[in-house]
Amino acid sequence: MSEFVGHFDINRRDLMVSAMSGAGVLLLPQNSGAEYKPRHGGSIKVATQATSTADTLDPAKGALSTDYVRHFMLYNGLTKIGPDLIARPSLAKSFESIDLKKWHFILHRGIRFHDGSELTSADVIWSLNRHFDARVASKMATIIKQFAEIKADGRYDIIIELSDKNADLPSILAQSHFLIVKNGDNSPKGNGTGPFKLAEFKPGVRTVVVKNHDYWIPDRPYLDRIELIAIPDEVSRVNALLSGDIQIINAINPRSTKRIKANKKYDMLATPSALYTDLIPRQDMMPTGNPDFVKALKYLVDRPLIKRALFRNFATIGNDQPIPPFHPFYNNAVAQTSLDLDRAKWHLKRSGFDGVRIPVYAAPAAEGSVDMASIMQEYGSRIGLKLAVNRVPSDGYWSTHWMRHALTFGNVNPRPTADLTFSLFFKSDAEWNESGWKNERFDKLLIAARGEAGFNRRKQMYGEMQQLVHDYNSVIIPVFISLIDGFDRRVKGLKAVPLGGMMAYQFAEYVWWDA
Amino acid sequence: MIQAIPFFKPPAFALIKLILKRVGSSLLTLFLVSVVIFIISGFLPGDAAQEALGQSATPEQIAALRHQMGLDRPAIIRYYEWLFGILKGDAGQSLVANMPVKDIISERLPNSLMLAGFTAAFSVPIALFIGIFSAIYRGSFIDRFFNITTLSMVAMPEFLVATIGVLIFSVKLLWLPSIAMVSDDADFVSTLRSLALPIISLAIVVIAQMARMIRATVADQLDKPYVEMARLKGIRFRRIVLIHIMPNVIGPIVNVMALSLSYLMGGAIIVETIFNFPGLASLMVNAVTSRDMPLLQACSMIFCSAYLFLMLFADILAIIANPRLQVQ
Repeated sequence: MSEFVGHFDINRRDLMVSAMSGAGVLLLPQNSGAEYKPRHGGSIKVATQATSTADTLDPAKGALSTDYVRHFMLYNGLTKIGPDLIARPSLAKSFESIDLKKWHFILHRGIRFHDGSELTSADVIWSLNRHFDARVASKMATIIKQFAEIKADGRYDIIIELSDKNADLPSILAQSHFLIVKNGDNSPKGNGTGPFKLAEFKPGVRTVVVKNHDYWIPDRPYLDRIELIAIPDEVSRVNALLSGDIQIINAINPRSTKRIKANKKYDMLATPSALYTDLIPRQDMMPTGNPDFVKALKYLVDRPLIKRALFRNFATIGNDQPIPPFHPFYNNAVAQTSLDLDRAKWHLKRSGFDGVRIPVYAAPAAEGSVDMASIMQEYGSRIGLKLAVNRVPSDGYWSTHWMRHALTFGNVNPRPTADLTFSLFFKSDAEWNESGWKNERFDKLLIAARGEAGFNRRKQMYGEMQQLVHDYNSVIIPVFISLIDGFDRRVKGLKAVPLGGMMAYQFAEYVWWDA
Repeated sequence: MIQAIPFFKPPAFALIKLILKRVGSSLLTLFLVSVVIFIISGFLPGDAAQEALGQSATPEQIAALRHQMGLDRPAIIRYYEWLFGILKGDAGQSLVANMPVKDIISERLPNSLMLAGFTAAFSVPIALFIGIFSAIYRGSFIDRFFNITTLSMVAMPEFLVATIGVLIFSVKLLWLPSIAMVSDDADFVSTLRSLALPIISLAIVVIAQMARMIRATVADQLDKPYVEMARLKGIRFRRIVLIHIMPNVIGPIVNVMALSLSYLMGGAIIVETIFNFPGLASLMVNAVTSRDMPLLQACSMIFCSAYLFLMLFADILAIIANPRLQVQ
């Protein structure tokens, strides 16, 4: 279930500056890769960590990293997101909105699908409307409900009318699920406008794509051919890289990084991301409904230990709210909670639950949760809190355990906007309001921030929401987990996009083979 | 001195009767297995619709997809539909991949058969050699040597053998690929090269098991009075082993081989995982985690039939080789 991202060495200041300047090109040359001029040609093999017979060519159905990579090879979106997390035009040459409710997208002219037909507004409207159809089983079925009307305004113009203001629409449309397919295509088979054309597709086995020589962005892509497979076993994936069978892999376990560092032919890209595994005390159950009990838990978390021991420092310390420090909207005024056994003990006493045995459910499905639970159990025993760690199977964990007991672990993937993370996991009426909290002020701010265009004003609103979550929501987020990609040093141009590994799955268009 | 071997052609009638009986009971077994799998998988948390939509699905979405997949109908009706489909030779449609189960299986089955076939071709001669050789020279240095090696090979888990193999031959020496990529355009040599490590990892365990069983069986026969008699008659020892003992041990040996082969068909899951080999075993695990009932049923039917067929084959061979069994 956990999805990963790759890494890089963009530093935080660069990220913040470009995020705030809000201008510039998609991929600012930030690391040594920029010294080289991209070379054309070459064929590489790439392995991600997840595959199944459910592998699909339909962007709306994409569920695993392999799907996202495949879709970004074959299709384009109206917008795209680069390392600075700002959405920029892609198939749309521009977009604008006066009231953040009614949006106007203008397409580039002369873009062609792989079958030779021209991209028009009809294709965009078809692609977006598909998400409403329950039979498509789109992963964006909930998000699409915000779209009140989608209509064409001539051959190249699209008007999207939202039911409520949302300043994040461009970011939402940059997700792989909203990539554009051909008008009338009920079950897309790879005919997109993307940088590569489909040569072979076997679900659960492999995907082969070849360069689209008529790609609408001149000079791209650089590679002639990419073979995409998945190697679910992490050790095998790293072995495949080190034996030269594969040139790029994702989702490297921090424990394997030594092996890659030891070999001069290979390198790693660590992408700080907003991925986190959290301990969820349900507020509507006991004893986790008791604020003192939750406080005790929060003071019981040894965040630096988790960062160091579980993730070998490939992580960023978290502060029980979902916005990571490198996010443009991060509020650094929220006081950091840290390990404090005396306070934990005092709060535990006050809650009246000391000495009570409390089960906590962990599964490998929530990355690192089993170890986190054990660490907390150890510290708990020192203050009279008896946590009983129930390690349950990953299979079926999300439907049978997650949020169903007083103490369970969750695992939340990076979302393209702060709004999406807050809306999906923290809004009072959200399906996955993990802790089950209700906070009117938070809900109001969340809606209001969608209708706000100014960066500073938004930062302030999202900042207050972070404070609210930190203070009143019981969710415990010890660290944000970095995503580690491994690659052959002859692969150039790979950069970190903090939404996922492998440049948030978009590497295919940007990397080249220097050999 | 040439001696007539007691090797009668069995009355064809008795053999056919046996085969029919066994096929009948095999069909019954298959039916029971399918029922059991259907019922057990019903106890798994979640269904294909939930697994497909994942963590982020709303109840309405799940209901819609369930309806589309036909999962909202009672289990018993779904089972009957599947059963009648399979009787007509139609394994149904995969719930998850949206393609006929037949197509998915036909993609993977040849891979599994190839891996099992190569491994068997590699292991059987070696196992026969080790087994017979160490039985003949019981107690010798070479016997003890084989004894210790095979014992430790049996005890060594496959993943260890496979991982060490990869570390040495792929990562350090760069001789062999660390993953088994089978593609249609690969020639025989490159296919064999990419399968080398999986075959060796599987073969090590299989050889050790077979060799030990063969040794025990042959050694047992060597102690029998008829062998002593033959030796007293002055028959050459090689002849005693090949012509007198062999017909008596073929039954058990073929049985051991059949068991090993059926294991190779479905039990190669660890090797499939480590080498990322697109075989049937990982497909079945995949079907379980995605709750893809038609695919799961098809896989289990294949494994079960392969097992039953190999057992039947072993029994028939044993009967042909040993006339005494024909009387019973």
